Amino acid sequence: MIYNMEFETMPREALEAIQLRRLQATVERVYANVTFYREKFKQNKVSPADIRSLDDLQRLPFTTKQDLRDNYPFGMFATPMDLVVRIHASSGTTGQPTVVGYTARDIQTWAQLMARALMAGGADRGDIIHNAYGYGLFTGGLGVHYGAELLGASVIPVSGGNTRRQVMIMKDFGPTILTATPSYSLHLVEVAEEMGVSFKNLKFKFGIFGAEPWSETMRAEIERKLNLVAVDIYGLSEVMGPGVAIECKEAKRGLHIFEDHFIPEIIDPVTLQRLPYGQKGELVFTTITKEAFPVIRYRTRDICSLNPEPCICGRTHLRMSRVTGRSDDMLIIRGVNVFPSQIESVLMDTEGVTPHYQLIVDREGALDVLTVRVEVGEKMFSDEVKQLQAVEKRISHNIKELLGVSASVKLVEPKTIARSEGKAVRVIDNRKL
Amino acid sequence: MQVEQISVFLENKSGRLSEVTGILAEAGVNIRALALADTSDFGVLRLIVDHKERAIQTLKDNGFTVGKTEVLAIEVEDRPGGLHKILEILRGNGINVEYMYAYVRQSGKNAIMIFRFDPIETAIKVLQKNAVRIIDGATLHAM
Repeated sequence: MIYNMEFETMPREALEAIQLRRLQATVERVYANVTFYREKFKQNKVSPADIRSLDDLQRLPFTTKQDLRDNYPFGMFATPMDLVVRIHASSGTTGQPTVVGYTARDIQTWAQLMARALMAGGADRGDIIHNAYGYGLFTGGLGVHYGAELLGASVIPVSGGNTRRQVMIMKDFGPTILTATPSYSLHLVEVAEEMGVSFKNLKFKFGIFGAEPWSETMRAEIERKLNLVAVDIYGLSEVMGPGVAIECKEAKRGLHIFEDHFIPEIIDPVTLQRLPYGQKGELVFTTITKEAFPVIRYRTRDICSLNPEPCICGRTHLRMSRVTGRSDDMLIIRGVNVFPSQIESVLMDTEGVTPHYQLIVDREGALDVLTVRVEVGEKMFSDEVKQLQAVEKRISHNIKELLGVSASVKLVEPKTIARSEGKAVRVIDNRKL
Repeated sequence: MQVEQISVFLENKSGRLSEVTGILAEAGVNIRALALADTSDFGVLRLIVDHKERAIQTLKDNGFTVGKTEVLAIEVEDRPGGLHKILEILRGNGINVEYMYAYVRQSGKNAIMIFRFDPIETAIKVLQKNAVRIIDGATLHAM
């Protein structure tokens, strides 16, 4: 099912004509209304009149998270405050939060895109959506909520936390769609098991998971343990919130980016040059319909690639691959690039090992030392120390084999790595570089 | 024949052991024997308790990883050479002791030791053939 047939299946040519018109309008508006963009454009000797084709987007300068921080809190807003009806702030996983604003129309657009996303992920009128994304400054909860209401589904605004109560609600209300972070969904399973509740007896059909990177192996685990079809959703508050891109349940291969509202690019994070389709690099977004908080070539730091091939679901919008890491999360350990998601894959592929892990990087003398903390689950636990040490060795061996980097593996007690609410802290870099 | 032992994963952090004993005390579980094996990072606490299921449930509820293993409680003569005699029998039959520790109570004049074998069935056969007394769970807990 497709929520907005006209725009989601629009032929490329017509789509690109709309993109250009909307891009030109956005560029003119930020130039007129946001000091930061006007000055940055002037420094780069480019003006709104230079944007005559979609390719001309490459002439515009990038915007980074630091730029948003420098203009904290409202300096990047392109409308007067009396038109702003909502303010959110990013979760600040990597430092000071960034503040974003929405006009009434922005909220409508967001709800429309989230309704599209929910439908692509299997939801429809008549479904009950258990929305375990946090409500508050974080865009996840309210973003899904407005989309679900517009779609006509029944939304349970359960938010994050109080997991035992969530299990009770899942059992009693019979929700059919779960929206949550992937790590929280696995936490839900653990708690449900402790309470003697099996997901096999619940009514879930689809789960829409996002807000943190996850892997195909984790998808398989979630689908098995939660007994539902899991799709990936993508979004970030700087661009809008959840609902920037969504996997369709038909293909589950890449996330359709709503290109009538956002123009994606993939760049090399070092040379900053645009990369061709299929090549992995940093994802960059330009919003072309947002009023209060438009961004021009915003560097997301998320690493992925773009796929222009037609999709079996009928949507014509480009697909982004699953995010495999972040250009700033990327650890360089003794010259080797390591993404936490790669370590996660190794753990998921190691028999009996839980995907609850944390990477700690220290510098001893001139040498980087990577420690992987892994929680001991019941399946891998043994009363014999040598068996546990063998597990540590096996993980360490697999990491070395697949990533080419030595890691010391330390088993830790369950639930010592915080993960239940919001995003798990996967990396602690103690190096003073 | 077998006795069920519970094992608990512990990180090497000060106070962890007393947390376990505290949880068990509160649950009214009596520890009959205990041994700790450790490395520089973690340890495995092995316990024989009077209320096994209750102990497992409370420890799990408190977030610990808990396992169950079958071990043997063996009577050992309380005199020089008592333990040696048993170990010789095992050695002579090529049976490896994974680990062992002492039980608190005595069986008459004899001491009791907890042994972990792999595989346990072969060890039982050999010990029985050599007239070594194995104390089953019910008898052990009734002492």
